[in-house]
Amino acid sequence: MEPEIAYPFLGMLAKRIIPCLDVKDGRTVKGVNFVDLRDAGDPVELAWQYSRQGADELVFLDITATHERRKTTVELVKAVARQINIPFTIGGGINELEDADVLLHAGADKISINSAAVRNPALIDQMAQAFGIQFVVVAVDTRHVDGRNYVHLNGGRLKTDMETEDWIREAESRGAGEILLTSMDHDGTKNGFDCDFLQQINATLSIPLIASGGAGNKQHFVDVFQRSNVDAALAASVFHYGEIRIPELKEELRQQGIEVR
Amino acid sequence: MTGIVNYGAGNIFSLTAALTRLGIAYGMVNNAAELGAYDRIIIPGVGHAGAAMRKLRESGLADSIASITKPVLGICVGMQLLTSYSEEGDSELLGIVPLQTLHFERRVTLKVPHMGWNKVYHQNNSPIFDNIEKDTYFYFVHSYFIEYNDTFTSAYTGYGLKFSAAMQDRNFYGVQFHPEKSGEAGEKLLLNFSKLY
Repeated sequence: MEPEIAYPFLGMLAKRIIPCLDVKDGRTVKGVNFVDLRDAGDPVELAWQYSRQGADELVFLDITATHERRKTTVELVKAVARQINIPFTIGGGINELEDADVLLHAGADKISINSAAVRNPALIDQMAQAFGIQFVVVAVDTRHVDGRNYVHLNGGRLKTDMETEDWIREAESRGAGEILLTSMDHDGTKNGFDCDFLQQINATLSIPLIASGGAGNKQHFVDVFQRSNVDAALAASVFHYGEIRIPELKEELRQQGIEVR
Repeated sequence: MTGIVNYGAGNIFSLTAALTRLGIAYGMVNNAAELGAYDRIIIPGVGHAGAAMRKLRESGLADSIASITKPVLGICVGMQLLTSYSEEGDSELLGIVPLQTLHFERRVTLKVPHMGWNKVYHQNNSPIFDNIEKDTYFYFVHSYFIEYNDTFTSAYTGYGLKFSAAMQDRNFYGVQFHPEKSGEAGEKLLLNFSKLY
């Protein structure tokens, strides 16, 4: 018997604000400008500050390149999971199922895979089956070339032949639980997110979409939520350098009628 | 002391880390005989409800849970296990709370999983929500939900439809969200549960 259900009840799923921390050899890489930090290079202390400020989630991008990488990443994830009471994603150098498995058991809520998934798309299926789709974030770096959008690798330097929209659709059908889409044309410009393209992608997607690349001021976050209706927006330097403070950003979003926590 | 049912359904590092931070003593329950050693029991769980139910049966704990008279808290899939049935894998569950676990995808046009912070409205004076505001955000990640019920729903949330964010039936409690990932409100809820006898 079909149970009785109270329709419609829209609820208040909040738009998420996600600071991204680059980590190398267990230390945050980009400079930070927080007055109240004892150790600006300690990712755990920085993460704790962000969680106190009202960040909804955190992303750690581990760019450690040494052969000790897996060990230092696991130590980082464990330290974060011990101290932080909000969800976090770890990305960088995850190439096989075993990498993801150790991170899950170290306390990561999600892992993000980028070039490894492009090179071996079946990895998405394997990870979704092994750990559930909610664990698998597929990060996509996109760049505009001759009127089309192409997936890029190696931090946007290496163009592939794959059109971004096709790849995202494939990633979703293989079991991605979420897409983190970085516009390399906008990244670092502080001129705002690529709202038009994000809107175009979001309209076809039935899993959450995180917008990344281009955040420079609070209005850019208002714009990306109003114009593309993405589920979350990610930024790094504007938060790290204190150019945007999360409580003030949330207040601005709230005043513009956007649901935030 | 709080016992965590250890039946291999997902990672519990974040949960034990939260309990440690909060100074809540805990131990692992590996079999039915160990249930008696604890004042209250947490059933964690992520992933597939049908698979979790199979693991719980294999652990030999499934038949003992219904007869526990101490407080029991199911988290996420651990909450769903307490219901009678899940559409996930067409699975018969413990049937301790007479509710069903249903799929969002067949009923709403919103994105699935329901992932992120959503407002939780508690009702019916469930003690795990003591000193928590009526409309507090908690962190959710799930594709299946437990139907709303006036009697057993102790907190509700909306995602295209109204569903049970938390439930209570006698000494059996469940929360669909992850208190260990829900900031200070989640920590308060875990502390509230740790004071129940």
